[in-house]
Amino acid sequence: MSKILIRGAKVLGGEAQDVLIDGETIAEVGTGLSAEGAEVVEAAGKVLLPGLVDLHTHLREPGREDSETVLTGTRAAATGGYTAVFAMANTFPVADTAGVVEQVYRLGQEHGYCDVQPIGAVTVGLEGRKLAELGAMHESAAGVTVFSDDGKCVDDAVIMRRALEYVKAFGGVVAQHAQEPRLTEGAQMNEGVVSAELGLGGWPAVAEESIIARDVLLAEHVGSRVHICHLSTAGSVEIVRWAKSRGIDVTAEVTPHHLLLTDELVRTYNPVYKVNPPLRTERDVHALRAALADGTIDIVATDHAPHPHEDKDCEWAAAAMGMVGLETALSVVQETMVDTGLLDWAGVADRMSFKPAQIGQATGHGRPVSAGEPANLTLVDTEYRGQVDPAGFASRSRNTPYEGRELPGRVTHTWLRGKATLVDGKLT
Amino acid sequence: MQRHLISAADLTRDDAVLILDTAEEMARVADRPIKKLPTLRGRTIVNLFFEDSTRTRISFEAAEKRLSADVINFSAKGSSVSKGESLKDTAQTLEAMGVDAVVIRHGASGAPYRLANSGWIDAAVINAGDGTHQHPTQALLDAFTMRRRLIGRDAGLGQDLAGRRITIVGDVLHSRVARSNVDLLHTLGAEVTLVAPPTLVPVGVETWPCEVAYDLDGTLPKCDAVMMLRVQRERMNAAFFPTEREYSRRYGLDGDRMARLPEHAIVMHPGPMVRGMEITAEVADSDRCTAVEQVANGVSIRMAVLYLLLGGNEPAVTHTRPTGSEEK
Repeated sequence: MSKILIRGAKVLGGEAQDVLIDGETIAEVGTGLSAEGAEVVEAAGKVLLPGLVDLHTHLREPGREDSETVLTGTRAAATGGYTAVFAMANTFPVADTAGVVEQVYRLGQEHGYCDVQPIGAVTVGLEGRKLAELGAMHESAAGVTVFSDDGKCVDDAVIMRRALEYVKAFGGVVAQHAQEPRLTEGAQMNEGVVSAELGLGGWPAVAEESIIARDVLLAEHVGSRVHICHLSTAGSVEIVRWAKSRGIDVTAEVTPHHLLLTDELVRTYNPVYKVNPPLRTERDVHALRAALADGTIDIVATDHAPHPHEDKDCEWAAAAMGMVGLETALSVVQETMVDTGLLDWAGVADRMSFKPAQIGQATGHGRPVSAGEPANLTLVDTEYRGQVDPAGFASRSRNTPYEGRELPGRVTHTWLRGKATLVDGKLT
Repeated sequence: MQRHLISAADLTRDDAVLILDTAEEMARVADRPIKKLPTLRGRTIVNLFFEDSTRTRISFEAAEKRLSADVINFSAKGSSVSKGESLKDTAQTLEAMGVDAVVIRHGASGAPYRLANSGWIDAAVINAGDGTHQHPTQALLDAFTMRRRLIGRDAGLGQDLAGRRITIVGDVLHSRVARSNVDLLHTLGAEVTLVAPPTLVPVGVETWPCEVAYDLDGTLPKCDAVMMLRVQRERMNAAFFPTEREYSRRYGLDGDRMARLPEHAIVMHPGPMVRGMEITAEVADSDRCTAVEQVANGVSIRMAVLYLLLGGNEPAVTHTRPTGSEEK
């Protein structure tokens, strides 16, 4: 089957239109298109989006295949409506050489559920001391353009400055995990009213904000662009807003969980809510939503962080940090941004597809839904409401904070270059 | 009463007063030639200690034995825990041996809460101190000590600590004793003031039901009890205060400062004391210092808690209270 007619979908939430896919490309967009020779997907009432792009995914392979592999992670991505994911470098071994990034890239290509664009480590072993061979990773078959020590902060100001400067040679970008290490020694949760009561080590907002402030100034000084990972505080929003107003080339992401959940949940001591950066306060959540709506925060990125059950079925301090997110991201964005009236579906397409593809230079992704473009598409039943059931996840891990929570929206179909990876909510 | 005792904040005023009153009854057992009650005969209690704490462990053990429970002591050192066994597996292993209650001391805040609420085990869970979170039986024994000293052994029965002014001094940030005491003393109607250098007060303290002061001398003349917390000497290495001597000068309790307390006021310490740091020997050894009494009271409090959580409704002790004492 080479032709597919998606009939009557609200393209980017607008008027109902038909979209004809021919081979790997969108052939035509219009009304009353002929279904001749095409498989028809009835999409009346559903919203058609460009395939989602996640700039921040942990696929865990190589090294932690007990929590996720490129195969299970990309199947989770397709289930969530993604056609491209950027795989973070904190694997074992670390993705700090051309060899490792090529391996991850090739696994993504072989499995075919979703394009996998590896992110290279900024420093050797994520240790923050010595630059990794950024150029070699860029020139490898993986064509790395985004570099990050995510999980760790590039805290040495000189190393950060050099990295920002160096990647300009090939148009790369450094994605900073902003966490001042000395201020977060032993940190277990957001520092504030709840941590004071629970007796858990505090992760203060200033540990994130001070690094962001430093890095936007560094980026300005050396004329580079910088991307801020999983921004989580109201103060960080203010700094990025100021930097943008000054013309500094900074982009920022927010995770779905920081748009919805707060540190009040930590009162359960259930490590499913343990994540880095930590869940913050109600005030932060509202600042993040407003910033995503007004464009101060450019994109939503999942920070999908799978962990095996035993790493969460324990006391808080012993638990791993992170949450899976690929399969629930769009639902959380609908709940927090669309159903609240902060963002329309065109805005969602911008924050979850166009912009992340642009920041990461994911060729062929984040393109308009129009004739001649690659057929990377996501069809969403926005009327659906249902409880999150981790047992049904495609991800190998189940560490979701949304278990049992009712969320809106469900991805029914995903197409990667015209090939269906998800049909009626089932992986192909 | 609830099924578990995890946090002092979980206790209502009536729960707390019931525990204190029950502890008074238990204390009378200690005055008998045979210090033993048959209440928990046939019940098994495990003392699950992941942190070294000889005094708390021995106190619980004494309480359990005086109630005739079968006692298992489990210390993490040299056990399978040191080989990487999880808290869940350890707890389930012990429960499989037929344990009715778990007394747990753990370095991680929230570990007893997890044990009680994760569906891992059915046994009652008693928090014997978790990380920098809670130590509810310590707060109870402190309140018990205050009530006895400030109101009276018999006169105190049925009473709370309404209007009493309690000052807690020291490393509040790292102290589960401070957190538990603030919660319980507030529930009992006392007015609590925390005194510490600002570095040793947690961010977020402003929502606690207490006052915070940085100057010890200003608070001393108006308090009924002053509780000195242990300050680990190592804290100065993390810049919480410049030197041991400076801490001691500003926040330590010596004879001169003790003289500024009202006549009736008591000096408390949960132990172990660091003499010369937060308290001088002169104060520690004075009649006003209740540190040793607190240890004795700890056994009565833990007997009361175990009895109320496990013993059901039958009276713990046959009534030996002198009649008419309630009217005092």
